Amino acid sequence: MSKTDATVDERIKETSKLRKALIRPELGAIVGTIAVFAFFIIFAGNSGMFNAQGVLNWSTVSAQFMIIAVGACMLMIAGEFDLSVGSMIGFAGMSIAIISVTLGWPIWVAILLTFALCIAIGALNGIIVVRTGLPSFIVTLAFLFILRGFTIFFPQLIERRTIIGGISEAAEGDWLAPLFGGKVGGGFFIWLGDLGVIEVFSRGTRAGQPVVDGIPMLIIWALGLVAIAHIILTRTQFGNWIFAAGGDAQAARYVGVPVNRVKIQMFMFTAFCACVFATCQVIEFGSAGADRGLLKEFEAIIAVVIGGALLTGGYGSVIGAALGALIFGVVQQGLFFAGVESSLFRVFLGVILLFAVILNTYIRRIITGER
Amino acid sequence: MTTEPIIEMRNIEKHFGPVIALNGVSFDIRPGECHCLLGDNGAGKSTFIKTMAGVHKPTGGEILFGGQAMHFDSPRDAMEAGIATVYQDLAMIPLMSVTRNFWMGREPVRKVGPFKFLDFKTANDVTMSEMRKMGINLRSPQQAVGTLSGGERQTVAIARAVHFGAKVLILDEPTSALGVRQTANVLSTIDRVRKTGIGIVFITHNVRHAMAVGDRFTVLNRGKTLGTAARGEITPEALQDLMAGGQEMAALEGSLGGTV
Repeated sequence: MSKTDATVDERIKETSKLRKALIRPELGAIVGTIAVFAFFIIFAGNSGMFNAQGVLNWSTVSAQFMIIAVGACMLMIAGEFDLSVGSMIGFAGMSIAIISVTLGWPIWVAILLTFALCIAIGALNGIIVVRTGLPSFIVTLAFLFILRGFTIFFPQLIERRTIIGGISEAAEGDWLAPLFGGKVGGGFFIWLGDLGVIEVFSRGTRAGQPVVDGIPMLIIWALGLVAIAHIILTRTQFGNWIFAAGGDAQAARYVGVPVNRVKIQMFMFTAFCACVFATCQVIEFGSAGADRGLLKEFEAIIAVVIGGALLTGGYGSVIGAALGALIFGVVQQGLFFAGVESSLFRVFLGVILLFAVILNTYIRRIITGER
Repeated sequence: MTTEPIIEMRNIEKHFGPVIALNGVSFDIRPGECHCLLGDNGAGKSTFIKTMAGVHKPTGGEILFGGQAMHFDSPRDAMEAGIATVYQDLAMIPLMSVTRNFWMGREPVRKVGPFKFLDFKTANDVTMSEMRKMGINLRSPQQAVGTLSGGERQTVAIARAVHFGAKVLILDEPTSALGVRQTANVLSTIDRVRKTGIGIVFITHNVRHAMAVGDRFTVLNRGKTLGTAARGEITPEALQDLMAGGQEMAALEGSLGGTV
C-alpha cells in the first residue's frame, strides 16, 4: 500500500500475515490435525497405530466420516442442514439389501435404484425446505424419524428381522459392487511387501502376502469427493452460487442466482454422499442393519464445523471438513490404540465442537469487521 | 426535454389482496438524468421500484421500455433489459470477497477441456479497475465485503450494475444508513454514473440528498404520485411538505407549476 495514494484510508491498518492466515476457514482444522497427530505419536507411537495396518485402520474410519462430511459441508455452506443423513444411511443400506437379497435382483440394479431413491428423497427434503420456507432443521428432523421408521419397519415386515445378510454372496461377480467394496493398488502393496517397506504375513494361508492388500474403495471415494467438491466450491460458477445462496439468499436472488435450485441440488448431493457411505458399508459388511448410521448426521456436522464452516451458512471449506473428519477418525481409533476407554471419544467430540464454534465466531467477527 | 424516456411507467397499480399499495403511479426516466423518487415511509416507494425491477407484476397500468410495452416475469428479465437495482441492505454478501460479490450471478468462466472454471484473473482485474473508476482503491479483490464501509458496499453494487451494462440504475435509499462523508461519496458516484448516460432512479426520503444530485423529483404519497418537478422549479421546503402528506397542497400546486 503506497502512502502517496490519496484514496487510501489512513485508518485501516495493514493486515498482518498472521491475521490473514487466521481468516482462512481451514486454520482451526489444520492446527487440530497437527495437534492430534502429535498427541498420538507421543502417546501411542509404539502401539502399531502408525504401521501400515494401523494407518489403514484410522484412514478407513476417517474416510467414512469424510464422505458424509463433504455432503454436509456443501449443504451447510448453501445455508441448510440435513439431520436425516444418519437415517438415510440406514435406509439406503436396507434398500440395497431388500432389493438384492429379498427380491433377488442383481446387486447393480439394487445399488442404482437405491441411489435414485435416496437422491429423490434428498430432492424432496430440499423442495419442502425452499417451498415452505421452514428451517431445514425441522424438515430434515422429520425425515430423520420417517426414514429410520421405514428402515426398521420394512425388513421386519418382509423378513421378520432387522438385519439382512447375504449381500456378499449377491455381490459376487457383480460389475458395480467392486466400485464400492473393492480394493485398489494390490500389486503396489505386494511390491512394498517384497521390498520390506511394509510387513508381510509370516504364517497361515496368506504367508508372504503383505498385511495390507490394497486401499479400500471407500478411501478413494472419500478423496475423490473431497477433491471434486473442493474444486466445484472454490473454482466454479456453481461454487460461487453455493456461497451466495448461503451467505444471503435474498441478495443472491436479486442478482439472478437460482438459489432454490442450488439448495435443492445440495440436498441431493448430501443424500448422494450418504448413499455412497451406505453402499460401501453394506458391501464391506455383507449385511444391512436397521440401526446403521445412527448419529452420523451430528458427526458430519461436527466435522464440518471443526473444518471452519459457519452454522449460519455462506462460509466454509471442504478441505477443512475433510481435516475435521480426519481428526475424528484419528482420535476415535487412536484412543483405542492408546488403550483409553472409548467412551471418552464422546467427551472429546463435545469439547472440540465447543472450541471450534467459539473459534469460528471469532473468525467471522474478523472477516465482517463486527465488534 | 428532447430525449426519449428509457422507461415510462403509466398509471401503475399494484394490489396485494385487499391492500392497494399503488394506485396509479406515473414515472419516467431519461438517459443521463437522476430522477429522485421521494416519499415517506409507507408511501409505496419500495413496491413501485420492485414493480419496475420485475419483482412484482403490476395489477394495472403499463410499462414502456424504449417506447415498447414490456412485461417482466422476473428480476432476471428486467436485469437483462438493462434495469439494475441496488437494494439498501441486500446489495452485498459480507462474508464473500469483493470479486465474488461483484460477479455474483454472472461469473466469468474459462474453459479447460469440457470443464468450466471461474476465471479469477479476469474477475479480479475487472473488479479492481471498475472500483478504481468509482474512486475506491481496494486493498485486494479478495477482501471480504464485510470489511468495507456502507458507502463502499453501495459503490461496489453500483460499479457492478454499471459494468454489466445497466441503462437504468435504481438505487433504493442508498444513503439512508450512511454517515455524512460516505453519503457524499455515494452522491458523487451517482453524479459520475449519470454522466455516462445511465438513467438513475434515486429513492430517498432525505430532501437534501435528493436536491444535491436530482434533475427531477417525483413525490409519492399513499400509493399515488403527487407530482413531478424539475430542478429549480421547486424548493426543498416545498418538497418536504409534499412528502409530509399534503397538508399544504394548495400552496404546493402553485409551486409545482401545474404539473400535478
